[in-house]
Amino acid sequence: MQATEEKWDTIITSKAPLFDFRLGEVWRYRDLLVLFVKRDIAQVYKQTILGPLWFFIQPFITTIVFTVIFGNLAEISTDGIPPVLFYLAGITFWNFFAEALSKSSTVFRDNANIFGKVYFSRLVLPLSIVMNSFVKFCIQLLMFIIVYVYFMSVNDAVRPNAMALLFPVLVIITAGLAFGFGLLITSMTAKYRDLYFLIQFGIQLWFFATPVVYPLSEVDPENRIYAILNPMAAVVETFKYGFTGVGTFEWSYLAYSAGFMVFIVLLGILLFNKIEKTFVDII
Amino acid sequence: MRTVIKTENISKQYRLGTIGTGNLYSDLTRWWYRVRGKEDPFLVIGETNDQTVKGNSEYVWALQKINFDVQEGDLVGLIGKNGSGKSTLLKLLSKITAPTTGVIKLRGRVASMLEVGTGFHPELTGRENVFLNGTIMGMTKKEVEKKFDQIVEFAGVARYIETPIKRYSSGMSVRLAFSVAAHLDPEILLVDEVLAVGDAEFQQKCLGKMSDVSKEGRTIIFVSHNLGSIRRLCNRGLVLSKGNLVFDGEVNLAVDKYLESLPSHDDSGHNLVSFDLDESKHFQFTRISVEDQNNQSKGTFYYGERIRVRLGYIIREDCRNFSVRMSLARNGETIFWTFDTDEDEVLFARRAKGDYLANIELPDFLKAGIYTISISFIEMGFEKEEHIDVIRFVLDDSTIDTTTKSYHLDRPGHIRGKVDWVYTEHPVEV
Repeated sequence: MQATEEKWDTIITSKAPLFDFRLGEVWRYRDLLVLFVKRDIAQVYKQTILGPLWFFIQPFITTIVFTVIFGNLAEISTDGIPPVLFYLAGITFWNFFAEALSKSSTVFRDNANIFGKVYFSRLVLPLSIVMNSFVKFCIQLLMFIIVYVYFMSVNDAVRPNAMALLFPVLVIITAGLAFGFGLLITSMTAKYRDLYFLIQFGIQLWFFATPVVYPLSEVDPENRIYAILNPMAAVVETFKYGFTGVGTFEWSYLAYSAGFMVFIVLLGILLFNKIEKTFVDII
Repeated sequence: MRTVIKTENISKQYRLGTIGTGNLYSDLTRWWYRVRGKEDPFLVIGETNDQTVKGNSEYVWALQKINFDVQEGDLVGLIGKNGSGKSTLLKLLSKITAPTTGVIKLRGRVASMLEVGTGFHPELTGRENVFLNGTIMGMTKKEVEKKFDQIVEFAGVARYIETPIKRYSSGMSVRLAFSVAAHLDPEILLVDEVLAVGDAEFQQKCLGKMSDVSKEGRTIIFVSHNLGSIRRLCNRGLVLSKGNLVFDGEVNLAVDKYLESLPSHDDSGHNLVSFDLDESKHFQFTRISVEDQNNQSKGTFYYGERIRVRLGYIIREDCRNFSVRMSLARNGETIFWTFDTDEDEVLFARRAKGDYLANIELPDFLKAGIYTISISFIEMGFEKEEHIDVIRFVLDDSTIDTTTKSYHLDRPGHIRGKVDWVYTEHPVEV
């Protein structure tokens, strides 16, 4: 009896150990994670006639817009790749990052009501947001592959190389960066919302700092080091390089992005878990 | 018996007012004290949380140094006035927010029903919502699947299960939500006022379900203003007052303790509660007293005395669809509700601004006991400014001489039916 007396399942205190990521708890709520993703997908097309087809229409329109506008009008260098393919490659990855980031960076604010009523592993929500963005990314990717196959058949220069195999790594880095930065931002805006007004603006600036609509090779060699400090730069460049053979690829750039991603995810979870404990009192 | 909940000195502090630059200053101060290894200057325990008195600090203690243990299978009723810290305590136990100081130790899975239907999404069907809600509360998908038919049957919404929740009546969605929560099978269940919703039949079903759950050896902590259901359901009561635990013991003693703590006659013999006035409110109560036939307010009445409630309120803007409600409870069990617009449709349609003083004569069928009165305004169907158990009085029947009559003080029933027995035929001699 005395031995079991000290064995508790849950101990709630005001302070949490600093390096407790509480990932076991996320695992326990894995079914909830899947249901959240399903819910967010389902609610998009509830009560529509076209139903799940809407998931394809938006990326399709994006593709058309990029084909028409950038294929004909823009005069920015595309390193010799067909412009459509160049822009589409960049925007596919960027949209994934931007959507996952902007949605997960308001997760506290958007879910204040449910957080105040019931406890579940809070990390499940931002994770579900990133997974939901990933689903949308896959559809946009499908569009990209269709366009890509078309260009492969008409243009001998468009061929994938070995670096295309890095694709899963690129997806993980992008998802991790969006997740980590999202957690950081939502934690920092939980109490003082000032920063909140800058999120959309910041994402727009970040877009121009990333070689999405221009190749990294266009940046002056002496400034390139600053451009590559942006962890998304290597991701987008590697993707373009792997599938078209044109672009800048350095193992060191990619390693930097991967390291940066791991750091930001850990930092994000730590801060998120700390804020989460008393978040309900300050919203 | 295993201890399943143990709280050690838990306290919870809240900051009043809005969050702004003032916060940044105190946050920085706290941080600076912590860096130097000193104690947080804002965590001085001591000032009691009296909501009616303006304190000199912008920090309040919603709970102070709460210590209690709960054994496996206990049915604990949490009793206290509005703002006494009941909800805060449940929030701490369910991990929604962390205590400011102290430790809570729990054994087993905790499920909370702080508000039914949390996470219900209007666009999703009943089936999808059952799964979502169940997993939010900590079940796995498999567990929900296993219980799905039971849940739907208990809620009685089988026909609508493939229909989006937004098409449900409010009663249906509440029933479905409670049903999900009731089938959670947690070791510890925290319930907050859920029974206030739903019809009487369903409330009985819920209470029955809760006592079934406890018979299976699970622990329930139950918050309700309905002291009657607390008495019936619980075996133990905790009484909170202004953030302090003032009683911990057998449930009937706890209810009595709570009733005794309510405002009653002060030393001068008056039984009158006045409210602080706030000019910014469109309407508010000003006073309430319980008086006898000589307009003398007092706390103890004897059989045969007239009991009259005098309720004052002020209307600062003309109101429509407006009523005043008073409810009377005996030993914590509601006897009746009455609205001042029950018989008066003109007053219901429009109420001009001004000071009002209502005289409410209580009927003469009351049995002896401790009576409490709750008051509120109803505007457009919504409850506004509710004061639960705002005043109390005692009705004493010890003056009745029962020696030569069959009258017995402890008869069952909530009211004293003073009924004339008239015999029309004389007994036939045999």
